Amino acid sequence: MKKQVKFGVGIGVILVSMGFLAWMGYGESKTYYHTIAEIETLKGTAAAHRIRVGGTVQPGSIHHVTGRTDFVLLGEGKSLLVSYTGNDPLPDSFIDNSQALVEGRITADGHFNAEHIQAKCASKYEAAPGEVARPAPAKS
Amino acid sequence: MDVFGSFALLLAFVCALYALLGGIAAIFTRHPLLIKSARQSGIAACCLIFVSTLSVVYLFVTDNFSVAYVASHSNRDLATFFKVVALWAGQEGSLLFWCFLLSVYIFSVLIAYRNKHGELMPYVGAILAGVQLFFLTISNFVANPFKSLAVANASGGLDYLARADGSGLRAVLQYPEMIIHPPNLYSGYTGFTIPFAFALGALLARYPGEKWIHLTRKWTMIAWCFQTIGILLGAHWAYAVLGWGGYWGWDPVENASLLPWLTGTAFLHSVMMQEKRGMMKVWNVWLVFITFFLCILGTMLTRSGVVSSVHAFAQSDIGGWFVGFLIIIMAVCLGAYFKNRDYLKSENQLDSMVSRESSFLFNNLVLLVACIAVVSGTLFPVFSEWFTGSRISVGAPFFNKVNIPLGLLLLFLTGVGPLLAWRKTSAESLRRNFLWPSTMGVVGMVVALASGVRDLYALVCFALCTFVATTIVVEYYRGARVIHSRTQMNWLSSAVELTLRNTRRYGGYIVHFGMVMIFVGLAGQAFNREVQKEIPVGGTVNIGPYELLLQAMDQKQEKNYVAERMIVEVMKNHKPVMILFPERRNFPAGEESGTMVAIYSTLLEDLYVVYAGVNQGSTVPTIHVFLNPLVKWVWFGGVVVVLGTLVALLPSRQAVLVLAGGKATEPAAGFVPAVQSPVSLREGHD
Repeated sequence: MKKQVKFGVGIGVILVSMGFLAWMGYGESKTYYHTIAEIETLKGTAAAHRIRVGGTVQPGSIHHVTGRTDFVLLGEGKSLLVSYTGNDPLPDSFIDNSQALVEGRITADGHFNAEHIQAKCASKYEAAPGEVARPAPAKS
Repeated sequence: MDVFGSFALLLAFVCALYALLGGIAAIFTRHPLLIKSARQSGIAACCLIFVSTLSVVYLFVTDNFSVAYVASHSNRDLATFFKVVALWAGQEGSLLFWCFLLSVYIFSVLIAYRNKHGELMPYVGAILAGVQLFFLTISNFVANPFKSLAVANASGGLDYLARADGSGLRAVLQYPEMIIHPPNLYSGYTGFTIPFAFALGALLARYPGEKWIHLTRKWTMIAWCFQTIGILLGAHWAYAVLGWGGYWGWDPVENASLLPWLTGTAFLHSVMMQEKRGMMKVWNVWLVFITFFLCILGTMLTRSGVVSSVHAFAQSDIGGWFVGFLIIIMAVCLGAYFKNRDYLKSENQLDSMVSRESSFLFNNLVLLVACIAVVSGTLFPVFSEWFTGSRISVGAPFFNKVNIPLGLLLLFLTGVGPLLAWRKTSAESLRRNFLWPSTMGVVGMVVALASGVRDLYALVCFALCTFVATTIVVEYYRGARVIHSRTQMNWLSSAVELTLRNTRRYGGYIVHFGMVMIFVGLAGQAFNREVQKEIPVGGTVNIGPYELLLQAMDQKQEKNYVAERMIVEVMKNHKPVMILFPERRNFPAGEESGTMVAIYSTLLEDLYVVYAGVNQGSTVPTIHVFLNPLVKWVWFGGVVVVLGTLVALLPSRQAVLVLAGGKATEPAAGFVPAVQSPVSLREGHD
């Protein structure tokens, strides 16, 4: 019996500590998916979360300003003003009409401050609707 | 050719269907002709898939743009080489390619065992045909690579059309790694089908003994080896092409490839418990089942876009099929298990906490927990949507927090496990085996501290790496010493001889050594540095001991793209080291651009330079420089792991003096005077 207890304790320690670390990592990195339309309706704590939102880059809306890149994301008939302030270079596939997935937070004045961008080129994927882009991640 | 290939594919479907149904009928009736016909139908299905795959390649090479798949993944100017590999550049082709590689395995198994294991093979054949049938269904009816380009006309019919030129191969795929990475990864994914089929077949047939483990060990190792190569090549591709300075980003597609590797690694270790001690039978069978399940899940994640996209299943038409197939696999496995679980009764129990068995147990536990963490992190958006209604994803911090400690624990077990005896290890043997490695581990830590390492995980990692490396060196030394003293061969030949006498054991050590090197490389990540700056021609940027001078910018017209290059002179401590050419490539065919990273790589660190584009406002080019220590160790470690696996696949040389083997070969006391080799003390080690 004693050795079973020992094994139980060993396994338990590993599982509990991993569970704890997982929970911490979860708290640190959890990101909510929202659509552009939903962002307008977010209130209170929901608006303070890290958010990931996807849409199409409005043609002609990309403006490079020192330290950031501004553009407009379109989706479901709504639009969202995004400022990308991340350190990584913009992905090559980030162009007019590309589909972009941005990650960041909503600022006080209502625009979206993105820290990460993933983009895939829309024209390329119309031919193969099931195809998954391996998005060029702008990772930290 | 498209009609021909398409017909071959359909015929393959029919043959596989017969191999499955005929195989099942053969199992019940035991009719020899039925068994034979099912097997031959299986072989025919494989051959037809080969023909069909070759015809897709033919369509690519001959620029047949009336086929939708060719038109959307190739163009006339593409190099022939890339036209061939464009086979696996998209959905339909890569699924067919998956099926093709699976068929290579199935073909080899059916031919190699055609007159052997009469009780088991009909089951194996039917299971393999079942898996093949699923992929043939997809390739024939859901994602057919032979589909013609067609548009609906006014009268509601279809007009076939051929385009003058295709849209080209995706820019990020036009790299050497991308050519060899998918075949390796797919060979890994598909390869695990073989142990799965044998395990399930043995369970269904109640095939006596541990025979299926011996039969599948080689196949599992081959699949594992391919999976390892595939993962590392994928990482290398991400590093060299995507230009974000890292090689592992916990992207769902990367995770998908890691999952079966984790359980496959667990399986390779835990089968030894079954071979030597008759334990863990249920566990092993389930590990194979789960590994195969994860291979299919991984394929689904890669191909269906369940996770990486915001719109779950909406954009994919094959996700549902895969979910159905996964449910069938689970149902069959559960059914077989509950029907025949008495067949899997364990013969022994764990004796002691400090034993080989328990180290394997913890090794499995760690790998499984890591696997569960990666699965749950990857599928978190899907699960959270089911349970809470909002889609939540987790990022790198989640994966790192859990997997770094687990990885270090695993590294520790890598050093400890092989030196522990089966059943119970005495304190005396512990002291003898671990005195040197522990001392060296401490020395490693002190050296790391002295050279300025302050990151806790990195310190522990370096200490463990020296510890494990020392255990391996000591093991080699002890074994080689015995041979050296008896045959007077020099030390190197003794070590080689030792390896060849027990390839499984010493091949395993080489693999472990490779893993140590990979861990050294991973620990280097703690010290990554980067700087991004807009620099005009003539400007400089500093990072670590390096100074980078932008000498000029130029343009180069290639056949399929236009390259825009930075010419960067690298100086270390004010001495010129070399010139780097980071590029951006613009591919007119697909209106795409790609990055070509320039890397100056040494054993100590990589200087990784990206041309990050031109600032539209100021027209000044932006340079992004990373200084990544020890990255090369990861790639070298990978090579060592693969070499070790190949060594372990060799048959052991039968020596006059058998150092290793079963209980009967324990040397008599007088046979090895004075040198009580630790190798021979442990029976049946691997």
